Formats: sequence, structure tokens, C-alpha cells
Amino acid sequence: MIEFADVSVEKNGVPILKDITVRLSERRIGVIGRNGSGKSTFARLFNGIEAPSAGTVTLNGVTERKALRRHVGFVFQNPDNQIVYPIVSEDLAFGLKNLKLPRDETQARIDEVLARFDLAHLRDRFTHQLSGGEKQMVALAGVLVMRPTMIVLDEPTTLLDLWNKRKFMAAIDALDEPVVVVSHDLDLLGHFDRVLHIEDGSIAGDGRPGPVLARYVAGSQC
Amino acid sequence: MLTDLYVFGDSPLHRTRPVVKITALVVFCSTLFIVEGWASVLVAGALVVTGFAVAGLKPRHAFVSVRPALWILAAIFAVQAYLTDVVFAGFVVARFVVLILAAALVTLTTRTSEFVDGILSALTYAPAWVPKEQIALAISLCLRFIPLVRAVLEDVRQAQSARGLDRNLTALLVPLVVRTLKTADEVSQAVYSRSFD
Repeated sequence: MIEFADVSVEKNGVPILKDITVRLSERRIGVIGRNGSGKSTFARLFNGIEAPSAGTVTLNGVTERKALRRHVGFVFQNPDNQIVYPIVSEDLAFGLKNLKLPRDETQARIDEVLARFDLAHLRDRFTHQLSGGEKQMVALAGVLVMRPTMIVLDEPTTLLDLWNKRKFMAAIDALDEPVVVVSHDLDLLGHFDRVLHIEDGSIAGDGRPGPVLARYVAGSQC
Repeated sequence: MLTDLYVFGDSPLHRTRPVVKITALVVFCSTLFIVEGWASVLVAGALVVTGFAVAGLKPRHAFVSVRPALWILAAIFAVQAYLTDVVFAGFVVARFVVLILAAALVTLTTRTSEFVDGILSALTYAPAWVPKEQIALAISLCLRFIPLVRAVLEDVRQAQSARGLDRNLTALLVPLVVRTLKTADEVSQAVYSRSFD
């Protein structure tokens, strides 16, 4: 379970998130909101990329930022900004090297994650030559290979075509780990357990997807 | 292109430890500058050609490695020919070509991650205040982001061209720098989120 207690974030004196208090224990959680509402900042608090100006973020008793990022994997909108090494297998090994895992275990984990997502044929490919869908899958694999407790994805399907979006979301749905997805694509979140609507730095809606998404859509009518 | 930075293979050169290759390259280049004369360039050239053959690399790889430097080599040749003579200008350029090919032989047979490990090995005895991991990561990111920055440049060039600003350097550079910095910001977050200290 992850808990936000009176969390606020301020940047250059501008409040981005205001007194967020929420407990999240569901397996599939969606986060929606307008551009600039603070939802990406909210997502970045999960694994300590962002630090709260006030309040605490606690995952299963862990509050320290460095520990949080070991437990929470983060997938960015643009995989080009997430993939660090030029060859797929090297990139998958990057996070594991940072965890100081032995070479044998690193290779075993890479083999396992590549097989899990049917990506073994990409092992020795140059990352910049992959399609957008393949890159996003490699970015996800690079996170999962570190075996996080929880995974947060920030608009992961924005740059994908319909086919790759479906394939990617099928992979997400199949994950055992708890997942938080920030998205403008409301169709993705319809079957989730819970949806948070962030508006102007606060939680404006929280509950089952049906009513939260319906209110959000109604509020967007011009 | 980045695809020409590493060529997959299992040759003795591919298997040699990166730190050995880097050290050998430093010694090779230094010797080439210390020992004057055509003989040294010819011997060094023969060694590099043998290295390419052993590594299973093709003449295309050699050409692609030298191609970006052709304009500079031409300028060096012209200046040297003007200041000294054509034979000496040819010698200077031939020496540079051998140096470039020797360096290419190392990069073409060394994965980026191995290269980074080699740098880290070389920095093992560096003082504690030297940020070894950061230096190694910075080098790997430079290699990784060459094609990315090139793609951004092409994007911006096309966008500005559509607005009739294809000859305006400011219109090209400002968005390029802004987008590159924005990308760098997100990359640093991504690196951080993957447990890099």
C-alpha cells in the first residue's frame, strides 16, 4: 500500500500539488486530469523522482526517496528519453548494474524478461532502430527487470498507434504488480479498480472508474 | 550513424578486454606521433588493416569511420601543402587516417557497456573525488543520444523550413537547444529512477 499524507509540491513558489492525502492499495489505479493539473508531478512522487515540499509518501513503511525508487518502477511517456544504452540487452542491464547484481543473475533476469514479453529477437538490436511500440516495450522491460513492488506509467501510450497501444496495455493488464497509469486515454482506464481525478493540484474525484470518468467527461463539455 | 559504432562479432578483438584495447590505442597513437616518417605510417596502417580483417570488418566500416572527417582532412591537406609541400601534407593526412581507423577499430569491436566498464576499470585508482560512475554514464549517454539529437535537429529543420525559416540559424538553434535540454532533464529523471546514484 502507498500512502500520501498531506503532500504538497511547490516549484518556484508556484503550488503544483496541494495537501494530497490518499491511500492506494488497489491493483490497477488510473490518474486523469487536464494538462498542467499536477498529475505528472503526482506520478513522480511515487518513486521519489519528485520530492514533496511538505508531507510524506510511504510505500509499505518506506519513506526515503532512494529506497522508494528501488521499489517503484517508472515508465515515461517517451521511451527515447528512458532508454540509456544503444543496444537492448545493455539497456536492460543498466538498472541491474545499478543494483550491483552479479553478472549471472543479471543475464538470467534479462533472459526472463525478454521471454516474458516475447522480445528475445530484440536482444542485440540497436535501440534507436526499434519501432515506437518496441521501444515502449523495451522501456517497460527495463523497469520490470528490476522487479519493482509497484509500477507507475506516465501517459505510456500517447506516442503509440492503435495496435501497439492495445499490445502494450495487454502487457500491462497481465502484470502481477500493482500499476498506476496516468493517461488522457479514458478507454484504457475503464476496467481499472480505481481512478483519481487531479484538478488544479488537488484530488477532485476518486472512486470507481464509471462515475469518476463520467463526471470528468461531463466537466470537459464546452 | 550509431549503427556503425559497434559491429556484432566474436573475433579475438571483440573478446579482448576494453581496458586492454583502450591502453593499446593510447600506446599506438603516441608511438605513431613519436616515430616520424612514412615507414611508421605504413607499418601502423598495415596493423590497422590486419585488425580490421581479424575483426571481420568490411572496407565500408573503414570508410564510414573516416567519412565525417573528410572535410577536415581536406583542409589539413590544403594548409600543409601550402605551408610545406604536397608529400608532407599527404604524410600528415595519412597519419590522421590511420589514427581514426585505429580508434574506429576499438569502438567497432567494443559495446558501449564494455567501453563504460573499461573506463571504470581505468579509473579504479583515481582519487575518491573523481565521479567515476558519472563520467562513464556521461560517455555512454553521449553515444546513445547522437541519433536522438540528430532526429530532433531534422524535426526542427523541417518545421522551420515549412515556415520559410530554413536559412535562419537562430530559428534552428533555439528550439534545438530547448528541446535537447528538456530531453536531458527527462533523461536524468529516467536514469535516477533506475537506481543510478
